[in-house]
Amino acid sequence: MNAPLHLWLIPLLPFAGFLINGLLGKRLPKALVTAVALLAPLGAFLIALVPSIDLYLRYYVIQSGGIFGPPKGFPPVVETFGAWLNVGTVHIDFTFVLDQLSLLMLLVITGVGFLIHIYSVGYMADDKSYARYFSYLNLFLFFMTTLVLAGNALLMFVGWEGVGLASYLLIGFWFQKPTAAAAGKKAFIVNRIGDVGFLIGMFLLLANFGTLTFAEIAAKLNANPAWMGGVLTATALCLLLGATGKSAQLPLYIWLPDAMEGPTPVSALIHAATMVTAGVYMIARTHVLFDHSPFALSTVAVIGAVTALFAATIGLVQTDIKRVLAYSTISQLGYMFLGCGVAAYSAAIFHLMTHAFFKALLFLAAGSVIHGLAGEQDMRKMGGLRKKLPVTFWTMTAGVIAIAGIPPFAGFFSKDAILYAAFQQGTMGKALWFVGLLTALLTAVYMFRLWYLTFFGESRSPKVHAHESPWSMLGPLVILAGLSLVGGWIGLGENLGRFGVFLAPVTGVHVAASDGDHLEVILTAVAVVIALIGWYVADLLYRQKPSRPAKLAASMPVGYKLLANKYYVDEIYGATVVKPLMATSTYFLGWVVDKAILGGAAWLLGGIATFCGAVLQRWQSGNIRSYAAWLTAGAAALVLFIVVPWAEVLANFGIHFNMAGH
Amino acid sequence: MSSFLSQDVPLYWYLLLSAALFALGIVGFLIKRNVITVFMSIELMLNAVNLSFVTFAHQWHAVKGQIFVFFVMTVAAAEAAVGLAIIIAVFRARATLAVDRIDLMKL
Repeated sequence: MNAPLHLWLIPLLPFAGFLINGLLGKRLPKALVTAVALLAPLGAFLIALVPSIDLYLRYYVIQSGGIFGPPKGFPPVVETFGAWLNVGTVHIDFTFVLDQLSLLMLLVITGVGFLIHIYSVGYMADDKSYARYFSYLNLFLFFMTTLVLAGNALLMFVGWEGVGLASYLLIGFWFQKPTAAAAGKKAFIVNRIGDVGFLIGMFLLLANFGTLTFAEIAAKLNANPAWMGGVLTATALCLLLGATGKSAQLPLYIWLPDAMEGPTPVSALIHAATMVTAGVYMIARTHVLFDHSPFALSTVAVIGAVTALFAATIGLVQTDIKRVLAYSTISQLGYMFLGCGVAAYSAAIFHLMTHAFFKALLFLAAGSVIHGLAGEQDMRKMGGLRKKLPVTFWTMTAGVIAIAGIPPFAGFFSKDAILYAAFQQGTMGKALWFVGLLTALLTAVYMFRLWYLTFFGESRSPKVHAHESPWSMLGPLVILAGLSLVGGWIGLGENLGRFGVFLAPVTGVHVAASDGDHLEVILTAVAVVIALIGWYVADLLYRQKPSRPAKLAASMPVGYKLLANKYYVDEIYGATVVKPLMATSTYFLGWVVDKAILGGAAWLLGGIATFCGAVLQRWQSGNIRSYAAWLTAGAAALVLFIVVPWAEVLANFGIHFNMAGH
Repeated sequence: MSSFLSQDVPLYWYLLLSAALFALGIVGFLIKRNVITVFMSIELMLNAVNLSFVTFAHQWHAVKGQIFVFFVMTVAAAEAAVGLAIIIAVFRARATLAVDRIDLMKL
């Protein structure tokens, strides 16, 4: 057996960082706060990296005779740190599982997380709550690594709720700003709706399987291949509701755009690269369940595809640079759901990884732009920044090309894998593929629009002197740009690609391998052409004739207004959910239940007591002799009662008691 | 007989005397306005009870009743000490000993 990997250290290091910076941060020197904050994710990353290199060498190189030989995969490493709940037949342990999937997620979370921590040192340098910021960030990493490593659904739920908490704290980090506080609250409440789904899903799992351990559930399902649909569909749909909340899918995506009120590195780490992908991870983790429910699986696919297109159209007209990226994130998460929905879990996770690289890059680059313009986020006031912010420009270019899906950048490979998998899933798959393709076109348009509006043309606010960011911010940008370039190459290779083969022990193989009829080549070519068309359209509209977009918008006032107002979804939810709830709370719960029923009952009880008191107080005359008289009368009555033989007296009057002997 | 309680005096005489003393105490307790008189009435009642105890103890040849009398006397002494102290304090505060006038607790 292997030596223990000490998986517990991975979440615990960030937690220690959270405690130190959270409790003592105000009194510690800034350098020490920075050191603690950076060492926590770095340590966790190294702890995850060492076993991964070890396992890679042992199972992929030594046993398979080379990197390119047929890999064997390694068995999951399970480490239990004690029992948590033992109730009847239910046993839940503190168990961490390291397999291909969680290893990959860990490397992305701690790796990208570490880069974003470095970036934050520069970005948040002047904030007076510096230590609080890093303690929250470390707290997030603690919960996220717990979520990923968890071997059962309940432990995962702990991490799931914890990242929600960290997200809430960081969105509302500048809580003095009412919009930020409101956005934090919105994110938390919307996520609660999804969490109810997750909880019910867990109850169903417990009721039907008697366990929450992922491996045992998978084993039971694999042992009964005929068990399809029914309660499994219900369970899967409940879990899906949880996933749509956390991963900002329809119908619960509305919190993510508002979450951009938080600091930009937070948007990069939590609301782009890691936390919002927890839903995708959860589906991949419980994929056996979804495999046994075709209906739930197609629901995942449809939600993903619709969300991807829906968010992309909104992203076309947003003017706030971070909001464009937020809608883009929702759209890309839709791709991942689409991938999961066509059972191409490894492709979805692949896209999750590349998306973590390029979307973190895009957010951090946007943060660098905002930083350089002293807080300006409106793209209409940017422009011409190419020369002033050269490093930001070039790194962001890498991110834009990656997300647009142009080879050889990372996004191309992962998006292509999802679209290819979708195309093979019958008629519905073809429709999904088409939606995905359309989304790819829109993605290219809005990303290059952002690129042109920000960096090209003339500066539209010449008074502001843009300045390039410090190297603590640019360094992570350059590294992420590199990853956005090469991150997709690990998907190359025969059949599923090396990435798919790597994940196959966890996610299984569902997609038929390329049958060599050039279908994949044709689809790839179509996708690339579509992306290039998107680029050309953006170039036409925003570089060659910058007056065009306004005219275009004026020619379609209804459509433009619909998009600019984000399909009025917030307003619809406000009218159909929030307002009735508020009205019910105010009038029914507030007035009828609280004031009338509860208040009335309390008033009635109080009134009865007051009345009784008013009657009884008459006895308290304060006259000692009257008390004495009562006392005497009482004593006399007692004596009378004892001395007189009542039974005989009453018997004389013909009244008998039922006593023994009669 | 060496007993100070003569066998010639029947039991019920003692009891009647005790009851009469007790009734006198009650009446004094109820009708007198001076606190000190009220206090004396209470002492009278206690002593009436003592008399009953002693009588019964003699009648039944049980020593318990006589022991009880000592307890009652001890308590009565303590009560007299505390009660008189209270009466002095009340008199200093209110310059009266009439129980009807000591009614600050009244609503």
